[in-house]
Amino acid sequence: MSSDRKQQGRGREYRSVTRVTGPLIAVSGVEGAAYGEVVEVTVPSGERRTGRVLESREDTAIVQVFGGTEAVDTVRTSVRFTGETMKIGVTEALLGRILDGTGEPIDGGPLLIPDAMRDISGNPINPSARDFPRDSIETGISAIDGMNTLVRGQKLPIFSGSGLPHARLAAQIARQARVRGEAESFSVVFAAMGITYEEADFFIRNFRETGALEQAVVFVNRADDPVIERLITPQVALTVAEYLAFDLGYHVLVILTDMTNYCEALREVAAAREEVPGRRGYPGYMYTDLAGIYERAGRIKGREGSITQIPILTIPNDDITHPVPDLTGYITEGQIVFSRDLHRKGIYPPIDLLPSLSRLMQGGIGEGRTREDHAAVKDQLYAAYARGRRLRNLVAVVGEESLGDIDRLYLVFADRFEREFLRQAENERRSFEETLDAAWRLLSMLPESELVRIEPSLIERYYPRRTEG
Amino acid sequence: MTITGTVARISGAVVSARGLAGARMYDVVRVGNERLVGEIVVLDRDVATIQVYEDTEGIAPGEPVTTTGMPLAVELGPGLLGTIYDGIQRPLEVIRDEIGDFILRGVHAPGLRRDRGWDFTPIARRGDRVEPGDLLGTVVETEVHEHRVMVPPGIRGRIEEIASEGRYTVEEVVATVRDDARLHRVRMLQYWPVRQPRPVRMRLEPTDPLISGQRVVDTFFPLVKGGTAALPGPFGAGKTVVQHQLAKYVNADIIVYVGCGERGNEMADVLRQFPALVDPTTGKSLMDRTVLIGNTSNMPVAAREASVYTGITIAEYYRDMGYDVALMADSTSRWAEAMREISGRLEEMPGEQGYPAYLASRLADFYERAGRMTVLGSAGRTGSVTVIGSVSPPGGDFSEPVTQNTLRVVKVLWALDADLAHERHFPAINWLTSYSSYAGTVRGWWAERAAPMWEEYRAEMMGVLQAESELLETVQLVGEDVLPEEDRLVLVQARLIRDGFLIQSAFHPVDTYCTAEKQYLMLELLVRFYRQAREAVAAGVSAAAVGGLAVKTRLERMPFVPNETFPDEYASIKEEIAEAFAGLTAGRSAYGVTMRG
Repeated sequence: MSSDRKQQGRGREYRSVTRVTGPLIAVSGVEGAAYGEVVEVTVPSGERRTGRVLESREDTAIVQVFGGTEAVDTVRTSVRFTGETMKIGVTEALLGRILDGTGEPIDGGPLLIPDAMRDISGNPINPSARDFPRDSIETGISAIDGMNTLVRGQKLPIFSGSGLPHARLAAQIARQARVRGEAESFSVVFAAMGITYEEADFFIRNFRETGALEQAVVFVNRADDPVIERLITPQVALTVAEYLAFDLGYHVLVILTDMTNYCEALREVAAAREEVPGRRGYPGYMYTDLAGIYERAGRIKGREGSITQIPILTIPNDDITHPVPDLTGYITEGQIVFSRDLHRKGIYPPIDLLPSLSRLMQGGIGEGRTREDHAAVKDQLYAAYARGRRLRNLVAVVGEESLGDIDRLYLVFADRFEREFLRQAENERRSFEETLDAAWRLLSMLPESELVRIEPSLIERYYPRRTEG
Repeated sequence: MTITGTVARISGAVVSARGLAGARMYDVVRVGNERLVGEIVVLDRDVATIQVYEDTEGIAPGEPVTTTGMPLAVELGPGLLGTIYDGIQRPLEVIRDEIGDFILRGVHAPGLRRDRGWDFTPIARRGDRVEPGDLLGTVVETEVHEHRVMVPPGIRGRIEEIASEGRYTVEEVVATVRDDARLHRVRMLQYWPVRQPRPVRMRLEPTDPLISGQRVVDTFFPLVKGGTAALPGPFGAGKTVVQHQLAKYVNADIIVYVGCGERGNEMADVLRQFPALVDPTTGKSLMDRTVLIGNTSNMPVAAREASVYTGITIAEYYRDMGYDVALMADSTSRWAEAMREISGRLEEMPGEQGYPAYLASRLADFYERAGRMTVLGSAGRTGSVTVIGSVSPPGGDFSEPVTQNTLRVVKVLWALDADLAHERHFPAINWLTSYSSYAGTVRGWWAERAAPMWEEYRAEMMGVLQAESELLETVQLVGEDVLPEEDRLVLVQARLIRDGFLIQSAFHPVDTYCTAEKQYLMLELLVRFYRQAREAVAAGVSAAAVGGLAVKTRLERMPFVPNETFPDEYASIKEEIAEAFAGLTAGRSAYGVTMRG
């Protein structure tokens, strides 16, 4: 991250910090500070930090300081207004590099020479320029490919909880994801916000071992890095992703983890500004703010590349109505929801299919894309599994004896579905056909008359008992 | 007259400017060196507080602010249909041609193209006395609709000149009207301030249903032309799919679809699908009857607030021509949140959950713009605006202010339910919590169309669903075993209604649209099956035996039978029901035992 260095001569410098609260400082006597302008704060020790104007009045600017306000005083600290909004230098040479949360390299690699400077907040894609995403991605994971297909250009978050294996699943997707009929894999832009050293290391090691690192740009803002820096990490990462995708034609998979930490940083700044808090203290504009991140996924007509986003959220207290997952779910195109129960049962990936959803699945599946029976099989699996799960709850109260034969079949179905379809190894890669064939094997447990979501012609073709004779 | 002041303060979308004494509330202003579009929302002596419809990054105190002396208005005239606009009516396709794939700020493009000619056919003649709403002429706007060029509100008098048949741009004068003192030049291009409802002559009671081809809507919770409906639901419950289905298939003349603070890909989906889809009523491209307003969640928040007003003003304009217009607003919660965000920046006293105290009145004012009306003009045309608003309650909790204040004004509630969505029961409209106050209104319409028993059948099937929900509570506690056979039959029948009627696949080529005729025939078969089944159970047949009948599977697959061939299927199923029950009652003892398990 840097402001445009060429413009430094235009800077105006002030030593008039009047107030410091949390990550914010107020600078008085400032003339014409632009909203969003980048400032350079020099604390008495000589250390320099970057900041951004959050509110500008005729004589005062409220500045949010990245790197925190530690050691800022109201006498000797100087603040220089650069006349620039926040930008990052972008270049193809970023691939293979590891940077901090503001975009400074931390891997000791060679100096980066930018091809262009890009404003980190980006600009909204014109809705009429968007190409509707339809190329389904084969992640090799049945719970996703079969039931909640991901398509190129989609934003599909993982709703997880502390202690659940979201990092492993995200790494598996990054490693295995392919578009059918294309040899080329995805480039990965990985942005970590406030995650532990261990977790960051897991991803970096994983990318390194599988050779994915050469095709990845890694941004790491760790748990002990300044909270406030987290606020720009996703924007910086997505600016790089947009350059790779829409200027250079890469298919980019962006993994953002952990969005809950990002939202907490947002809340912290809002509190320091004494804003009217919304639900659970998060600011009222959090929806708009998150949309500014998630909506940067997509495809553009006439351009080669794409941005697919997998944001990861650890849901506080496993409460899906918490504002972070709630607002996210309203913006993203579906969600993959993790279940602690399945995890306890030893099922990986522990995806709770009932609340999980891919909104763009419908356009990406079917004849010529995956297979003609995909939509109907998915509907039938959902209906059958939901019924099995409902019966499981019932049996817990009234016992299995009270169930009829058919209902008992559904109970067994739900168990087998979790063990044989949902569960798979971390290095197991199933094709769409393998996933769908596995689905039919399970469905064949049920009599044909139960398969009311599937048209007879498809049953004729795929129902195993028939084909075996 | 324009007044120029200077920027004093910038906080997000809200900018204060001083030196604007004489500026009027709600006037549009141009802010900063890039002349961004804004609207005055507070006046305090010479300081105006402005909500800005574009990104304010980079604006600094001291930059100029200029008033335009005009309120926020839309351009009305031929060329609206088939176009996608942002929240303040900038045509997105034109902007894309001019500046590329990303929206930059400071772009200006008029709502209607100035360079395009329209073939105008005059109706009024020289010397005619005309009043507001009278037709001057017509233009073929799309294949489907003639665009009626009207005398604008506020102008009456004698026509001095009227353009002859020929091609004109929207800016050319097509008529001059002289009242006592003044000569008015009337163009096809007219303006109307978005926050002000367009005048009508008289409000009328709605009479006709708005048929959508969606069974749970048309049969169980009908909406009428000129009515209002709310569609609340948690994320993933399918609000947008329902709205898209309605936009595709309702039998209105014109659709205004407002994507307010929602996803960009959803607008792309509409733009991809609609031109290729065919309106079931006219057989023409759906895009020919549609105006799209797309102010997605990452576009400026103030323009999101304006987008619903832009939409409804365009809807009223077509209503004034005498058309039935349906407006879908997805989602009104984003509009309310935009209000909250601006209100917070204005440091207003917050009401419930931080929403401004005027939330309820703004919502009510908006929904009040719906209705069936006798519109202006001596011809006494009628037109209607139907409003369907999605609501996105945080955490899916309907007790929040936007849902509650909306329910106070709308007449239909389609309550979407997370549990149904999780089971992939779509549309996930919960039949127990939803309601429609128009069922009585549309009874006559169905009765006239070979559906004499509609009301009775509907009530009977609703009764089964109601009974099921009560029985399920018992089953949860003690199991199904203890239920008497007639109650177990209720469970079988309710399951059948869900699978064979309520569930409707938006993505299945046949099931996506179900004609009113087919709906009634399906309903009739379900009732027929149930009545026969009750008789059989009363005669000693088990509910499980009824549930095991092959004809039940046929009933469950009715949704996939094409509308055109359904009458044959109906006759055949009807016969099979009769045979099946005859067989059942004849051999009941043996059959009943084997099926009980």
